[in-house]
Amino acid sequence: MLGEQKHVSSGTLQNSFDRRSVVIGGLQASVGILLAVRQGWIGLVQNEKYKMASESNRVNLTLIPPRRGAILDRNNAPIATNRADLRIDLVPERLVDKERTIAELGELLSLDEVALQDLRDKLDKARGFQSVEAASGLRDDVYNRVLVRLPDMPGVVAHLGYSRWYPTGPSVAHLVGYVGPASAKDYEKEKNPLLITPGFKIGKDGLEKHFEATLRGVPGARRAEVTANGKVVRDLDMRDEIPGKPLKLTINAPLQDYAARRIGLESAAVVVMDCQNGQILALTSMPAFDPNEFVGGIGRLQWKMLNEDDHIPLLNKALRGLYPPGSTMKPMASLALLTHGVDPDERVSCPGGYRLGNRFFRCDAVHGSVDMRTAIEKSCNTYFWAMAHRVGYDAIAPVAKQLGLGQEFDLPGTAQRYGTIPDAAWKMRRYKQEWSAADSLNASIGQGYVSVSPLQLAVMTSRIASGRNVQPSLIFGQDKPLGPALPFTPEQLAVAHDGMFRVVNGSGTAGASRLPLDGIQMAGKTGTAQVRALVARGHFGDWKSRDHSLFVCYAPADAPRYAISVVVEHGTFGARAAAPIARDVMTFLFDPAKAMATLIELEKTWGGTPTERMNAKYRAFVSRYGTSAPRVGDDEAVAKTMDAAENTQPPSDGASNETGPTRPEEPPAQAAPEAEPAPTPSPAAPTGAPPAPGAAP
Amino acid sequence: MSRRIVPEAIAREPWHVILPLFALNTFGSVVLHSAAGGHMQPWALLHEIHFAVFLVMALIISRLPRELFRRLAFPGYIVLVVLLLIVEVAGKVSGGSQRWLNLGFMQLQPSELMKPGIILILAHFYDNLPPTMTRHWRSLVSAGALVGVPALLVMLQPDLGTGLAICAGAAVVIFLAGPPLWWFISAGAAAAAIAPIAFFTLLHDYQRKRVLTFLDPESDPLGTGYHITQSKIAIGSGGFFGKGFGNGSQSHLDYLPEAHTDFAFATMAEEWGLLGGLFVLAVFMWLFRWGLQVARRAPDRFSMLLAAGMTFTIFFYMAINMMMVMGLAPVVGIPLPFISHGGSALMTNMICVGVIMAVDRWSKRGSSLGL
Repeated sequence: MLGEQKHVSSGTLQNSFDRRSVVIGGLQASVGILLAVRQGWIGLVQNEKYKMASESNRVNLTLIPPRRGAILDRNNAPIATNRADLRIDLVPERLVDKERTIAELGELLSLDEVALQDLRDKLDKARGFQSVEAASGLRDDVYNRVLVRLPDMPGVVAHLGYSRWYPTGPSVAHLVGYVGPASAKDYEKEKNPLLITPGFKIGKDGLEKHFEATLRGVPGARRAEVTANGKVVRDLDMRDEIPGKPLKLTINAPLQDYAARRIGLESAAVVVMDCQNGQILALTSMPAFDPNEFVGGIGRLQWKMLNEDDHIPLLNKALRGLYPPGSTMKPMASLALLTHGVDPDERVSCPGGYRLGNRFFRCDAVHGSVDMRTAIEKSCNTYFWAMAHRVGYDAIAPVAKQLGLGQEFDLPGTAQRYGTIPDAAWKMRRYKQEWSAADSLNASIGQGYVSVSPLQLAVMTSRIASGRNVQPSLIFGQDKPLGPALPFTPEQLAVAHDGMFRVVNGSGTAGASRLPLDGIQMAGKTGTAQVRALVARGHFGDWKSRDHSLFVCYAPADAPRYAISVVVEHGTFGARAAAPIARDVMTFLFDPAKAMATLIELEKTWGGTPTERMNAKYRAFVSRYGTSAPRVGDDEAVAKTMDAAENTQPPSDGASNETGPTRPEEPPAQAAPEAEPAPTPSPAAPTGAPPAPGAAP
Repeated sequence: MSRRIVPEAIAREPWHVILPLFALNTFGSVVLHSAAGGHMQPWALLHEIHFAVFLVMALIISRLPRELFRRLAFPGYIVLVVLLLIVEVAGKVSGGSQRWLNLGFMQLQPSELMKPGIILILAHFYDNLPPTMTRHWRSLVSAGALVGVPALLVMLQPDLGTGLAICAGAAVVIFLAGPPLWWFISAGAAAAAIAPIAFFTLLHDYQRKRVLTFLDPESDPLGTGYHITQSKIAIGSGGFFGKGFGNGSQSHLDYLPEAHTDFAFATMAEEWGLLGGLFVLAVFMWLFRWGLQVARRAPDRFSMLLAAGMTFTIFFYMAINMMMVMGLAPVVGIPLPFISHGGSALMTNMICVGVIMAVDRWSKRGSSLGL
């Protein structure tokens, strides 16, 4: 057959068919065997692998964000807490039609154009895996309205969860910081799936950031059967979350809030300390942002509002604001003079100034013959110039440092700036110039190169008041041990105490700020620090060039318990702006009701509480700018702006040396008896708070 | 024995094939019932009805005389080519690919009918070819033209799967018709050489992607590789006994795409395991063995080629589909006969079965008549 290639008959073809059909049959059989073996390989040998893959498809492990540990005050009142919250989130990755979903959601939630723009911004910024908050704190009916529409809006997630809540809002902003959704950078640093769980917030600033590990807790988990589209079919099992541990502070929350509100329209910092043990009772810087607004991510207009305010709400002035202390240095300088053998009863004649070489340094007034106590009481510069010239400035700087000025304190979770207590070596290092006698005169009355923070002033006052080398502390139950004993005798301290007592209760500069309380008296010291070298006195002109107003005090005068420092930026005289605030805050410590009554009267003229004023200002911004504001940067940009805020502080060192510091402690002609800090119209005020009583939302 | 109870006409039907096919199709219904989340609607019931209707059709075909097949082979082929042309033109007009013609009462997919059609015309062609011409190159040109025109039209649609099925069926008929073996060997070698060029020039982007994905499904587990990966997970997680009827999470939770059509085997394997797979394979192998036996026993060259070609057409469906779901072939839209839901594919397969049954009948009659 095979041989007869040429002759092809139907017989040979039949044979060929028979043979070839066997080949086809063999092919089919081998494919059948191949398929059987293949299924056996996948289903039996690799069964475990595919079973796991199938399970990981079927079962979705959802993390339940743990409730964040509360931040409590010394009496367990909440400073930061959690509240049950109905929230709508968007998962960018799952959005099918982004614009349509946003539009529908906007209608359901009745979001205005500004809110929609902010939502789009947030979506643009978010990476695919990260959810974005569309709305929170929803009412039941609104939430349910969204809930029934969920199946038509892939990528929209509704939650019943907990979210961070700061009951007193802006009052505690700088103290505790704020929380927000984790950024891509946070996630890269800590590859934790919890970070991208919808609703989870991470500490972004301040105590919230520093104590993240304590406050966070352990997430719960829910295993659920889900479809490929992410729809939950049924729950399989749950693991409860472990809430974060609370953080208890030495802060007195009502006092903190009171101080913040009492600052009113000013740009100011108030620090209150227990001068016996160093516990910080209030650490306030106003104006501030509302940390509640930051929780879900901040919007364009809020950002614009914060950035454009010349009162710099993003700067924690209590810790990072640096100011020339002015005459609040004088009790400290007195102690320095006493330790160098100056007799407190020695008198210096003040002819209205002090002559050094061919220059005449002008004092506020002609004080006549003054001893040390009177020099503090009247804030006579001539006395301190004369004495500092005698003992030398080198005797004063170390005491300033011993009392806490220019020092950084061990306060976890805070970012302090420690300022400058200048000396010859410092000036050479910084300016490559010799230390001059004029520098000594300036420094001895807290001007020139000297710059300190409000916290340092409070520590200084505490140490002078109690004679103890107290160290400030912020975490309750973790008081810092006293530092090395201060080198002052009780008699020397008594001189400073007497002087400060007479400032308030004698015929001193802060006579208008006596405590309105029976049997409790306050001792203090005013300060007026010049901002710029001006020929004219800086209590008029534009806000930015006005003098800073300072006041330090303690009470009760006979048994010091509380120390307060107040710095009002551009508040003019120490007695006019700072002292009344300190008086009311001090009053609150002893008689809250009385202090509150004063505040409520004042707030009527200011347009409500800080939160109410911020809301009013926001509404004004919405109607004025609409959606035209530039977008907010990422976390890094926010942090950068906050840092930049510090540098907008006018330089207080160096510039003022030529004209000589001549800052009176009170308005001329005793013009301050009523002592209410008339709310100085600042450039930012008109946009913010139209003084319409009852404008509260 | 049974002849006394059952009428002769019914007893003569090849029940040893019809009953396993019915069992296989019913098993398909069970799978579709589960794929529909435990409901007869919309697939399982229709699947059985389709089978019943097409079985009747197959039985009618099996009774048609050989002469009718011969006479209809060429006109039928012409009609199908014209229909393919109409589909092509209609597709161009409506802008996009179109595979079916809307006849008002049903949607006719000419390319499906072309699968048995090409077998019929080639069997007829080689039957009429003088045996000496079989090994002449001119015979191959004619056969090549007969295959090439419809295959090209179908691939233009573009429907690569059906086009390949037509070519494969045709190649087997030509192979069995007896041309020199070296033609096939050199054609195979040429195809192997041309394939890479065709891959980069002739294939559409989505087709090229499918092939690449097949070669490395894990490269894009959420994109095009998703189908293969999920299908393998479904089959692999089924193990030996499967997860049990109605317990297939891959299909029920929508992870498995096309769970009721192209990937119906994966749906089945997840719930019935290797056991179910072996049952499906066994029925198919039984069917193919019967088909080839019928071809070998066939009374003449036309019937032989016809039966063998029809058998191979069904085989091609099964082989490509099952290799695809197990990750041995790229994703091509070819359903698994008797298991996957879909009327037109079932119709094609039942036409093939019917033709094989007809050949079986001819050979029996032929032998009984002593021819």
